[in-house]
Amino acid sequence: MILKGTNIKKYFPIRKGVFLQTAGYVKALEQVDFELNEHETLGVVGESGCGKTTLGRVITLIYSATKGHLAYTTPDHHTSHIDKTINKHDLKRYRRDMQMVFQDPFSSLDPRMTIGDILREPLDIHQIYPNRNERDEYIEYLLSRVGLYPEYAIRYPHEFSGGQRQRISIARAIALKPRAIVCDEPTSALDVSVQSQIINLLQELKEQERMAYFFISHDLDLVHHISDRIMVMYLGSVMEEGSAYEVFNHASHPYTRVLMKSIPHWDPKQRKLGSVHLKGEPPSPINPPKGCPFNTRCPKAYDRCAREMPTLKRLNNHHSVACWLYTD
Amino acid sequence: MSIIQVERLKSHFKTDEGIVKAVDDISFELRDNEILALVGESGCGKSVTVQTIMGLLKCPPAIIEGSIKYLGKELIGMSNKAYQRLRGKEIGMIFQEPMSAFDPLYTVGEQACEAVSVHSKLDKAGIRDKIIAMFNKVGIPEAESRYDEYPHQMSGGMLQRMLIAMTLACDPNVLIADEPTTALDVTIQAQVLNLMRDLQKEFNTSIIFITHDLGVVAELADRIHVMYAGKIVEKAQVVELFDRPKHPYTKGLLASRLKRDLKGQILPFIKGTVPRAFEFPKGCRFHPRCPHAMEICRQRDPEPVVFENGHSCSCWLYASNNNIDGVDKT
Amino acid sequence: MKGNTAVRVRKAFFKHKLGIVGIIILILLYLMILFADFLAPYNYKNTKRDFTFSEPTKIHWRKDDKFVGPFVYGMTRSRDPVTFAVKYVEDQEKVYPVKFFVRGETYKFWGLWETDVHLFGIGQHDDAVLYLFGGDRFGRDLFSRVLIGGRVSLTAGLIGTFIAVVIGAIVGAFSGYFGGWIDVTIQRLIEILRSFPRIPLWLALAMLLPPTWPSTTVYLGIVIVLSFIGWMGVARVIRGMVLSLREKEYVLAAQVIGQSNFKIITKHLIPNTITYLVVVSTLSIPGMILGESSISFLGLGIKEPMTSWGLLLKQAQSLSDIQSHPWLMIPGLFIILAVLSFNFVGDALRDALDPYRAVDKV
Repeated sequence: MILKGTNIKKYFPIRKGVFLQTAGYVKALEQVDFELNEHETLGVVGESGCGKTTLGRVITLIYSATKGHLAYTTPDHHTSHIDKTINKHDLKRYRRDMQMVFQDPFSSLDPRMTIGDILREPLDIHQIYPNRNERDEYIEYLLSRVGLYPEYAIRYPHEFSGGQRQRISIARAIALKPRAIVCDEPTSALDVSVQSQIINLLQELKEQERMAYFFISHDLDLVHHISDRIMVMYLGSVMEEGSAYEVFNHASHPYTRVLMKSIPHWDPKQRKLGSVHLKGEPPSPINPPKGCPFNTRCPKAYDRCAREMPTLKRLNNHHSVACWLYTD
Repeated sequence: MSIIQVERLKSHFKTDEGIVKAVDDISFELRDNEILALVGESGCGKSVTVQTIMGLLKCPPAIIEGSIKYLGKELIGMSNKAYQRLRGKEIGMIFQEPMSAFDPLYTVGEQACEAVSVHSKLDKAGIRDKIIAMFNKVGIPEAESRYDEYPHQMSGGMLQRMLIAMTLACDPNVLIADEPTTALDVTIQAQVLNLMRDLQKEFNTSIIFITHDLGVVAELADRIHVMYAGKIVEKAQVVELFDRPKHPYTKGLLASRLKRDLKGQILPFIKGTVPRAFEFPKGCRFHPRCPHAMEICRQRDPEPVVFENGHSCSCWLYASNNNIDGVDKT
Repeated sequence: MKGNTAVRVRKAFFKHKLGIVGIIILILLYLMILFADFLAPYNYKNTKRDFTFSEPTKIHWRKDDKFVGPFVYGMTRSRDPVTFAVKYVEDQEKVYPVKFFVRGETYKFWGLWETDVHLFGIGQHDDAVLYLFGGDRFGRDLFSRVLIGGRVSLTAGLIGTFIAVVIGAIVGAFSGYFGGWIDVTIQRLIEILRSFPRIPLWLALAMLLPPTWPSTTVYLGIVIVLSFIGWMGVARVIRGMVLSLREKEYVLAAQVIGQSNFKIITKHLIPNTITYLVVVSTLSIPGMILGESSISFLGLGIKEPMTSWGLLLKQAQSLSDIQSHPWLMIPGLFIILAVLSFNFVGDALRDALDPYRAVDKV
């Protein structure tokens, strides 16, 4: 196991007034437990406002969790707690091992730096290949690894298409030879005909470099394709979690079922969207409902759902669900 | 009957880097009471096409040639005043980002009223009632109180439904929807698509629906036109297109669908990238990425070959003067 | 800026006729002060009692109906018996041709070597001068003084702006990036300082400079005073830009690879505000030029015999002076010229760098 998150909570304060008093909180993550294992892809799926991007950013320390534990275990079984008290050495190690690929290919590369500079930056910070020639060779190697010509190192990001930029982002992410990469919707902003190329590349790199992926996406089909395990999130909590096969074929949580039914199928002879019945609007994370966050729209909600928040309960070895329908 | 007839339309733009041929010689028609989908990726010209139809392009820098007829009346060259009478009342349009279609400073009610009153002779109270009735129809809860709320107080899905309500309140013959659900969550998208399908049946509106999502197209459209780099490469009825696609690009798009049984395997993909607008290749624009490219594809742009049931495809694989006798090579 | 962008910006800039005019004028002005010693026929300090308030010297080209080339007549000074006004009368007997590369007073060329060659002049004479802009109250050549004075006026603004922009960018970037109490403190401080009226504040600070300081130190003091206020406007705008830039994914990516905060600010944030910084610098320089002029005009800046355009204007304060010796206002023309040119260039640059105006401007 690489990373274990326990009871992760992330609230963003809303500040108003001259002296920035706190007027409320955006409750982006309420209570999240997860485990990321060696060489595995954990897919995190949900719609906007579910907290999946926030979770990815908490893991990469862009945000620090309001509450909860994040524990990182190195290959030689040394565990460190990832929070403000972490010592410099462990933090540097963690940064090397946990990288990120972002969603927007047009703003994830500094427009004023050449590709070579962009790839050089992580190497300089972690003092990899201090010898200049070795470093430049490594950069060329990285570029060809992601399917780009080494000559591209002297060019600027705006000279490339979205798909090519995303490849550059991936090259940056693997430069430090990380153990895991958080992929935050890496293909959502790309043309459809290019998405498959990037997915194939990510799969290939994962096999060859033996990395783990924390793969965030709103596309359930994509998440199913690429993940070993899947986590379904709604309004800051995990609704269902398990192996890709289990979650996809035996979707248990009412939300997961609605999600699966809402995906358009590419079959004009079987039009199914008419069978989706989901009432109401997604609630605001500033004022989440009491109890189960989905209870205001759930077709199967009953009185307990509005009172108490359900926790993840195991259905079997590969499947857990947070829903009162499956308790007692 | 043809509601909109587009003949050999060209929308070019003069820029510092040269002439951008965003839409380059396309012809199609929108029939009565149908949902026509224009499908394509970035730079294919689908948005520019409908902007041209709506007269939203500034000439210069745009250069427009060809013909667009609405109910037999030529639209190209029409004055802005004449277009204003057309927009909203005859041809309505909704866009991709519902939040930015609203002015944040006014309530949704005020804005809906503004839109409807341009084309209606009712008094203010009458318009308000009509709008609230439409809001109810599109499934907005507590429509009366929503009328006086501001756009930022509502979700994207609700705003998009309001926009549909406002547009249909003017009872246009045609509704153009430019990627209306792309920015919405998948569960909300399902609601909005259902709504559009039901309303289309009820109001008999013809819809031009623009998207890059073939799944949405399968759920909603009657006919599909596939666009690539400023051209229409294939036209067909929806079932026909999914069952028997002809153009290599269409096939590539359909093949890249994430099917369950492909899990863990290498996904089929279309090599290369979508060309940028001022870098369109010579000859068939798809040839650098096409697995079946031949010499003639590099030289000349293919003309459409018509099959039965209105299925047509612009590809040298099917051209009869390619000494293959028009036989389906695939 | 790279490739396409640089070409586009250059093309857009040159569409601005005023911008081109501004650039040409600025180049001429800066060349002028660079070669001031060479271009000026006279030393800026030497007084000539016989030529106080002399009019701009007339250059004649024809003598006895023949074209002979430029020359001047000797002057005799007399008083009008009725008005007691000083008059200069040409003495047609004394003819002095205007020569080029003439020898005059010695000076140090850029402080490096001594020479006495001037671009043009008539040589040293007691009864004739070539005062293109006339003479001041001490009989000094205004033309030479304008050239030398330009050095102070045109460089104080430049250096002051540079210091202000550098300080403003750093403070603003730190304020915007870290947020929290650092941001609140700095912003309140700026607001307090900014609520003081600008010119009185400049004057108050200028008064703090000891009058016993040598000229060059006073000059540096003025520059620091000018930049003391300028940095705040820059800081606020940079802070605003950084607030949105810090959410950009390439900044987040830099955090994820472990880059230090300081390097993120200096490598990623500030360079992405360069276009604004260039424009604001160009548009701030006129303010600084006017600031220096104001301070010196009011006697609080550099002192005689060193001079600047503002100080030169001090002599043109009363209406009677202006009426009888209107050429004393010429330094004001130069100030206007410089300020306008910087404004034209700044406007043209701002439009050229603005990516949203890439289409033809009407």
